[in-house]
Amino acid sequence: MKLYEYMGKELFALQQIPVPRGRVVETPEEAEAVAKELGPVVVKSQVLTGKRGKAGAIAFADTPEEAGREATRLLQMEVGGEKVTRLLLEEQLPPDKELYLSLVVEGETRCPVVLASMHGGVDIEEVPEEHIVKHTIDPLLGYHPYIAREICHQLGLEGKAVKSFIALLGKLYQLFQEKDAELLEINPLGLRGEDLLALDAKVVIDDDALYRQKELPVVEEKTALEKKASEIGLAYVDLGGDIAVMANGAGITMATLDLVQHFGGTPANFLDFGGGASEETAYSALELLLGTEPRVILINIFGGITRCDVVARAFVNVMQSRGITIPFFFRLVGTKEEEGRQILQEAGVEVFSSMEEAVRQAVAASQNQQGRRT
Amino acid sequence: MAIYINQNTRVIVQGITGNQGSFHTGQMLDYGTRIVAGVTPGKQGQEIQGIPVYNTVKTAMSKHPAEASILFAPAPFAKDAALEALSAGIKILVLIPEHIPLRDAMEIMAAARYYGAMVVGPNTFGLISSGQCKIGIMPNRTFVPGPIGVVSRSGTLCYQIVSHLKEENLGTTTVVGLGGDRVVGQHFIDVLREFEQDPETQAVVMVGEIGGSAEEEAAAFIRENLTKPVVSYIAGKSAPPGKRMGHAGAIIERGRGTFQSKEKALSESGIKVADLPQKISRLLRETL
Repeated sequence: MKLYEYMGKELFALQQIPVPRGRVVETPEEAEAVAKELGPVVVKSQVLTGKRGKAGAIAFADTPEEAGREATRLLQMEVGGEKVTRLLLEEQLPPDKELYLSLVVEGETRCPVVLASMHGGVDIEEVPEEHIVKHTIDPLLGYHPYIAREICHQLGLEGKAVKSFIALLGKLYQLFQEKDAELLEINPLGLRGEDLLALDAKVVIDDDALYRQKELPVVEEKTALEKKASEIGLAYVDLGGDIAVMANGAGITMATLDLVQHFGGTPANFLDFGGGASEETAYSALELLLGTEPRVILINIFGGITRCDVVARAFVNVMQSRGITIPFFFRLVGTKEEEGRQILQEAGVEVFSSMEEAVRQAVAASQNQQGRRT
Repeated sequence: MAIYINQNTRVIVQGITGNQGSFHTGQMLDYGTRIVAGVTPGKQGQEIQGIPVYNTVKTAMSKHPAEASILFAPAPFAKDAALEALSAGIKILVLIPEHIPLRDAMEIMAAARYYGAMVVGPNTFGLISSGQCKIGIMPNRTFVPGPIGVVSRSGTLCYQIVSHLKEENLGTTTVVGLGGDRVVGQHFIDVLREFEQDPETQAVVMVGEIGGSAEEEAAAFIRENLTKPVVSYIAGKSAPPGKRMGHAGAIIERGRGTFQSKEKALSESGIKVADLPQKISRLLRETL
């Protein structure tokens, strides 16, 4: 779960990580009032997509009137498809130097990793690797000041700033652990004299740990269907094409989508209803699939733990209770295949054994449907 | 031969009294796995599928020494159970649950390093040495002995591929499920190293997917260290960036973990990448 910048900065402030003074506003009037209080301000759109600067979604205002005007402009903007509804106004604190600092879960080492650079303020992907210092933290040993000292030495950071850095990294690691973060990024980390200041905050919380992070704000990034799917425990992603796809297992669902694209079709979604699904789960998954109003439905079942008869029964139930008026293609092999086939055949459903053939025909049908509509 | 596990491997089932635990205990016994004990706190004295149940791994181990444990506990309790197994001396720990928090997974992996144990998973189907020992939840009849080693990040896709190999009369030595999470105990290179040493394994199939950099690491490793042929398939060619495709680890983030990057790394290391799963057997035949 991604947090908005202002939420991240609230967490930083609670952890005593220095951040500029600021307020969140939703109207130009509020913006003016806040600017009167803070003096010259930065006006920052609160959206989850990065690259706000490049999109023109961050502005500087030296007077309250200017802050009001910029707020009016930004509140009409859309950044990466996301409407701007909130702005963070902060006092202007131009740094002497912009650094980069982050803590991230790294799959390669299976550990939290500190990334730091003297070249902040730009996307870290654009910073050459030799300008990035990396330090792994062993979760059993935790953070100790020597880690920060080593990083400072490699960065070439000297003097009292080292002391600020040691304190800041310690607090950041504590926050990372306590909040089950998968990413904490400060970019830029402003260096003003000997002080360090978080000028931005990117916080991503591990979705699988949200059950024990109840006090955090909830940020919903999913589409309505994705939300509904996650409520019934299914993995679903909107993809916007013609062919609704359902399979059992993440890898085989991806492979099915790849095959759809390979034959020239466009998938409407990713829907993995998991291994060993019950009839209820299969039924809900099918209902969800119909809710996307696709042109064609493609079901790819390789029954391992999942039983073919269970999925077949769920499908026939949905057919009989809701009616399915669009073409569908059903590939069914594996555990209890014979029983499953029989259930489907009695209901007049054609069953494929080859994944390739089912996908090929689904794509052809979606192209026919397209022809008919245009 | 096979790798990691064989007919002598003794196995404990943690969470044996639950639905999943008891069902898969039966399936593993059917396959021939030497399950020696089960553990569920508070259920000592019961028997599941004829296997005695104990309250703690330590007690179970004192009566029935074992090398491996398979864990079915729900995600919020998985770390506790995993640390219990590692501290009791388990050397091969298979973590079935999905949705284990990353912080817990990292601590489990660090503990495993400390105890000199290996972890398979989390979010895995387990591992199986065909015809000898299954520690996992995969369908029994798909896995028959033969010369191919398989290592995969996904479950059902792996079953599909192994079952296709079986139809082509290509059985498997050992099949290892790495798990679909971002932090997992075994990476491709760990398993590839073992396959290289195993005299029975003649070729390796690697089933990867988008997200992370395990395939790129593997490509570099194979170029330097492997004499045996490797054929791979990578799922997720059509996946959009920024979307988690079912597995927590299957996501293209900040331009990293793309299909193209993986395919390029593998091809440049001379590894054949099948564009469709069903083409793997043909590519294997060409190399054998």
